[in-house]
Order: sequence, then C-alpha cells, then structure tokens
Amino acid sequence: MANTASTIEKEAANNTDYEVRSLDTMCLNESEVAHPWWHNLKFSLVGIVFGIALVKGEVISWYRIQEMFRLESFHMYGVIGTAVMVGVISVFLIKKLKARTIYGEEINFTPKRFNKGQIIGGTIFGLGWAMTGACPGPLFALVGTGALVFLVAILSAIAGTWVYGYFRERLP
Amino acid sequence: MEFLSQPWPWWVAGIFAGLTVPVLLLLGNKHFGISANLRHACAACFPANIKFFQYDWKKEAWNLFFVGGLVVGAFIASTVLADPNPIQVAPALAADLAENGITRADGLVPADLFSWNELLSLRGFIMIVIGGFLVGFGTRYAGGCTSGHAIMGLSNLQLPSLVATIFFMIGGFIMTNLILPYILAL
Repeated sequence: MANTASTIEKEAANNTDYEVRSLDTMCLNESEVAHPWWHNLKFSLVGIVFGIALVKGEVISWYRIQEMFRLESFHMYGVIGTAVMVGVISVFLIKKLKARTIYGEEINFTPKRFNKGQIIGGTIFGLGWAMTGACPGPLFALVGTGALVFLVAILSAIAGTWVYGYFRERLP
Repeated sequence: MEFLSQPWPWWVAGIFAGLTVPVLLLLGNKHFGISANLRHACAACFPANIKFFQYDWKKEAWNLFFVGGLVVGAFIASTVLADPNPIQVAPALAADLAENGITRADGLVPADLFSWNELLSLRGFIMIVIGGFLVGFGTRYAGGCTSGHAIMGLSNLQLPSLVATIFFMIGGFIMTNLILPYILAL
C-alpha cells in the first residue's frame, strides 16, 4: 500500500507538467479555447468581490484569527463553515447538472492524493497562519488595505515556497 | 451603504467566499487556490533550474489576475466601504495583548505588532518574516492553503483536504496557545 503510494508520488515527481501540478495546485485545468489576455479581467472582478468580502468579514484581521485559535469567538468558524457549505452545494449542483463553463467547456475535478505533506506541511502552515494572522489570500488583501509591511510577509512566503521547491525531493 | 460599511456578519462573508468556488468553475473551469500564486511567482522570477518551478506559469495567469483583483477589492473595502468604528476585540485577548504592550486597536491588525518599525524588532521580525516563510513553505508542502484545501478541496469532498485543514488548525492552536505567548513577550 505504502509502496504503491510512494511509486505514484515518484512518478508524479518525475513528471514536471501535468501530474506534479495536480499534486500541488488545484489549477491544472486549462481552457482549451484561446482567449485574448483581457478575458482574464473577469477573474479580477471575482477577486475584487472576494477581496471586499475578506476585508468586510474581517477575515484578514489578526484579532479574529487569534480569537479563533483561542476559542474566544465563533466568527471565523462561521465564515469558513458557511463558505464550505455553499461550496459543497455548488459543486454538487455543478456535477449533478453537468454544468458547463460560459464557453461551453466541460468542468472537471481532480481528486487530491494523500501525502505526508498534508500533515507536516499543514501543521507548518498553521504555525505561520497564527503568527501573521493571515493565510495567502489575506496576505495580499492586507497590502490592499494599506498595511504595506505585509509585502515583506508575501516576499517571505514566496521565499518559503522556493525553499520548499528546492528541497522537495529530499522531504518526507 | 451603511449596511455595506459595517463589518459583515460571518454568514455574509462566508456566502461570498463560498460562491467564489462555483463562479470560478463556471467562468473557465478554474479551481480556487490562492497559494498557487506564490509558486507562480517563483516560476516566473527565480525558477533556478528547479523542476518544481519548470512549467508554463503564463497559463495560470488567470490566478494572478484574481489576486490583482483581490488587492483592489481590499483597497475599496478599506476606503470607500471603510468602517469608522474601531475593531471589536475579545476582552480576554485584549487583556493578554495589553500585558505585552499591544494596546492600539485602530486597524484590522495591531499596529503595535505589524509596522515597518516593528519589523526591525526581534518580535516583529519573527511575526512577519518567519511567519510569512512558514506560510509559504507550509502551504506548498501541504499542496494548498485555506482556499485550495479548506474551501475548494472540502467543497469537492476531498479527504486529503480535510486532513490538511485539520492540521492547519492543529498548527494554529499550537502556535497561538503554546508558542505565541513567548514571542509576544519578547
């Protein structure tokens, strides 16, 4: 069992395009239709709405994150819980109705595989999340609110990602 | 307008965050995940012959556009839609922070911890630089962050994402309750 899993991981690690990305990012689905660059602006629009929600919902607040981990407030549990519920229902409906994109393309989902990273990396991320009070989305949003010192945190996070990439093959 | 500029209740913020998942899927089969952008930044700027960064990051440009919008949205929320009242802080947290000289609560984050001046202190350096590093290293090792695993992954009922989310929380509980008190006292 463990053998099979590590073989899959090794194969995946050797494949620098499709498989590695399915292991590490959620966004391997590329549109087959070629669009001019400005078509990407619709994603900026989604980002704007999401950014407003993060700030107005105080999800980017260091205080709210501390209260979550100190069990002093329900707020963050409510935000994440609601988001997950809305997401579960939406994905269920998209699958059930075989919904297509606005360009008529199929919507597909890639199953995630277990690996030790979800445990070790997950814990490491949690440590950092509680320190900065921000996961990656809020790090960017904080810069937008004028807390420019978080640019340093973003550069640090990029450095952390790079160091992970450098040691990737040698990590458990 | 007044409703918009007040802090939004948890369920409103949650609905908007959750709707990001189907909207991105319907607009172009895109899977919500913000930490991937940190990897794209590495791939674009310093791939350094590392296999992990050898891919066509331009094909993921949509995500960079998304983050660009995220920054603009945050700017709008903190200017046009700014809440004039000071942020509410749980009394127990405020008391613990005050013991370490963190008393100013005039923004969404404590200015006594996160500012350019504080960056030069040992405490601020650990919180911002080390904290940021752990976020970047940990998310990529875990294969996603709060958006990719906790929201997108759980929406698609992925068990590995549930494992990741549980360990995000474990890491957060350890830091906040066992380690942070010592860092804040620096």
